[in-house]
Amino acid sequence: MRFAVTKACGGGGKARAGALYVGGGGGGGAAVVETPSLLLSTRKGLPAFVSRDLLSTLPSPDSHLLHVSPIHFIECPSSKTISNIGGLHQMLGLQEHILVAAASDSVESLPESEASNKLGASFETPSGRRLVKPSEYMQMITSMKPNLWASLADEVPAWVTEKRNRISVDRTLRWLDDCLAVDLEAGKNTLGAVVGGSNIDERKRCATEASLRNVAGFWIGGFGLGESMEERLALLNAVTDCLPEEKLRYVSRLSLPEEVLQGVAAGIDLFDSTYIYHLTLGGFALVFPLDIVERDNWDSRTDIEGADCTKINLRATIYRKDTSPIVDRCGCFTCQNHTRAYINHLLNVHEMLAQILLEIHNTHHYLGFFRLMREAIKGGKFELFRQRFIKRRRAFLTAEAPCSL
Amino acid sequence: MPVGTQGTIKGLTNNQLEEIGCQIILGNTYHLALRPGADLIDEFGGLHKFMNWKRALLTDSGGFQMVSLLHLADITEKGVTFQSPVDGKPMLLTPEESIQIQNKIGADIIMALDDVVKTTITGPRIEEAMYRTLRWMDRCIAAHQKPDTQNLFGIVQGGLDPVLRDICVRGLVERNLPGYAIGGLAGGEDKDSFWRVVAQCTAALPEDKPRYVMGVGYPLDIVVCSALGADMYDCVYPTRTARFGSALIPEGVLKLKNRAMANDERPIDPTCPCMVCKTYTRAYLHCLVTKDAMGSQLLSYHNLSYMMKLSRDLHTSIVEGRFPEFVRGFLRTQFPKGDVPEWVCNAMEVAGIDISSCCASFSPSH
Repeated sequence: MRFAVTKACGGGGKARAGALYVGGGGGGGAAVVETPSLLLSTRKGLPAFVSRDLLSTLPSPDSHLLHVSPIHFIECPSSKTISNIGGLHQMLGLQEHILVAAASDSVESLPESEASNKLGASFETPSGRRLVKPSEYMQMITSMKPNLWASLADEVPAWVTEKRNRISVDRTLRWLDDCLAVDLEAGKNTLGAVVGGSNIDERKRCATEASLRNVAGFWIGGFGLGESMEERLALLNAVTDCLPEEKLRYVSRLSLPEEVLQGVAAGIDLFDSTYIYHLTLGGFALVFPLDIVERDNWDSRTDIEGADCTKINLRATIYRKDTSPIVDRCGCFTCQNHTRAYINHLLNVHEMLAQILLEIHNTHHYLGFFRLMREAIKGGKFELFRQRFIKRRRAFLTAEAPCSL
Repeated sequence: MPVGTQGTIKGLTNNQLEEIGCQIILGNTYHLALRPGADLIDEFGGLHKFMNWKRALLTDSGGFQMVSLLHLADITEKGVTFQSPVDGKPMLLTPEESIQIQNKIGADIIMALDDVVKTTITGPRIEEAMYRTLRWMDRCIAAHQKPDTQNLFGIVQGGLDPVLRDICVRGLVERNLPGYAIGGLAGGEDKDSFWRVVAQCTAALPEDKPRYVMGVGYPLDIVVCSALGADMYDCVYPTRTARFGSALIPEGVLKLKNRAMANDERPIDPTCPCMVCKTYTRAYLHCLVTKDAMGSQLLSYHNLSYMMKLSRDLHTSIVEGRFPEFVRGFLRTQFPKGDVPEWVCNAMEVAGIDISSCCASFSPSH
């Protein structure tokens, strides 16, 4: 795995563009992936609704980055079977993809800090609460052979006691060493876990200590577990200030565009997000315009007053006869083939195809957002982009809504 | 024909259907008329446009769902009266209205509204239903607004009574329809009665028009009916059984939920060329099925691929003059111990296919 920062301070602050070259692991991934980038969420290694053949219709190599949680496989198949099959890439049929393993996610593998102990981290899974020790975790990682993997962490929510928070940092560092000790690649594909809750000093301590280990990059956890967005920025900055500039940073659970923007501003390179998943389940489709950077004469007054320009709820009856695609001129499979009316119908009759089509579009759109961010950074305009984007999303809330007839 | 009840095959996109060689899918008039509604579909220019399906479509009349889904359905000469499931209002589906709705939906093949009775019922009701089907056929023909673009098929009824079936077949053939369906089967009757009705109908229906056995079915049933001269089938079985974790294979059914599959590194079917079998192992699918939407999708994809391949193989073997050989191969794989069911043996005898080499100790009936 090779990572390099290609542009630092892209328009203010610590936002940076990078290039990730991954060649190892169980599969290919020979393409160069630009960062900041999105890791698509998966269940048992595959997107929730988009099968491999449809995944390949999404932009490449953007859609080749996937977040996989080894905990999803805790029931089956066994590590031995996964090994025999040849690892994750082989088992999932995703030989050309870049699989990044991190244990926790927000849907099926939730960190359960009260049950975690000195032996291992506890997760709430569909098959109940499971305690995972570093040795078991490494057994899974070894058989799975992901391109990159985060070490096992003891994540705690924002409201725990200082003592518990401190313990989580101690454990996480100890488990990092435990994982590295049995790692056949000696840390070449490892992302050292950094936690520390809402305590700036603990965050700094964890980040500083993790930096001393021989790892390829860092996975930053413990966010999205109760802290506010206001607190988070200071914490993120505290962490990235203590991490080496030239190494990869991946943060979990910064889902919404605003949260991602915050992360990028603090110098983060990779994100996983359940935004797409939750939008899809809710019947929402992303529609926010993907042209803010180009339109230098952007003016909030040209937007429709009072309208939510970020997403539409396709269950709404106003779409019953809407013959347009979700977004005009969107190149995704869904918009090229189907209308809002058809998806509205599918949602009304509870057909699975609705989720498939929505996940495709939402993924396409959100990947487009990430591409916009990268353009902004490369053009030295990131901070401008960030402010405009946030202002625009807020515009409909503050605008005066005209009375409808 | 895969069944796309509500304007979609559960879990598959149009391009996936095209990939596996699907040429025609079935839409349910009853469901579509409820949601999104026949008028809306008409405004869109028909179901093809609404779904963006570029190949063929067939709609059924809506009659079957009425009878099977609604407790309060009542059949009179006028039509089928029922309570609307949406708002409880009394509604009436007449032959005229069924055709009108189907005209709006715009499928390539549409079905006449028939008076369908369960085959497990006996008595004068069956005769009444058969004659009424013929009378309704005329009303359907009269109401059909688009005979140039939509092919109206008639449905042979008559229960399990050969005399009634004969009358019905002759009545429909007289009307010189583009195609004929054999209805009223696949509803719980014993297999021996089932194949005999199919055989009788295919023998009497015109050679140069398609014969569609409605609601069939299992791969074995399709092979037998094809041997007897049928051409088209529809069934929810492949996709439904997929959602329960069962995969269709040449040997029969593979229950992927079974614990034995947890570490099985083989594909579902090593002889199957579909995307699922070329990519995934039974072990991986085992952890997906019945738990994740992706499991349903992948299994549906495989099962439909299997059915499409079966159809293609049947077709090719007939064209290449080796159909009996194909049947023998099929039966040997499904019944390696030679325990081919008696009804299959009897049906094949009538069909003129020698399967004695597939049957172990059983001698054909006299």
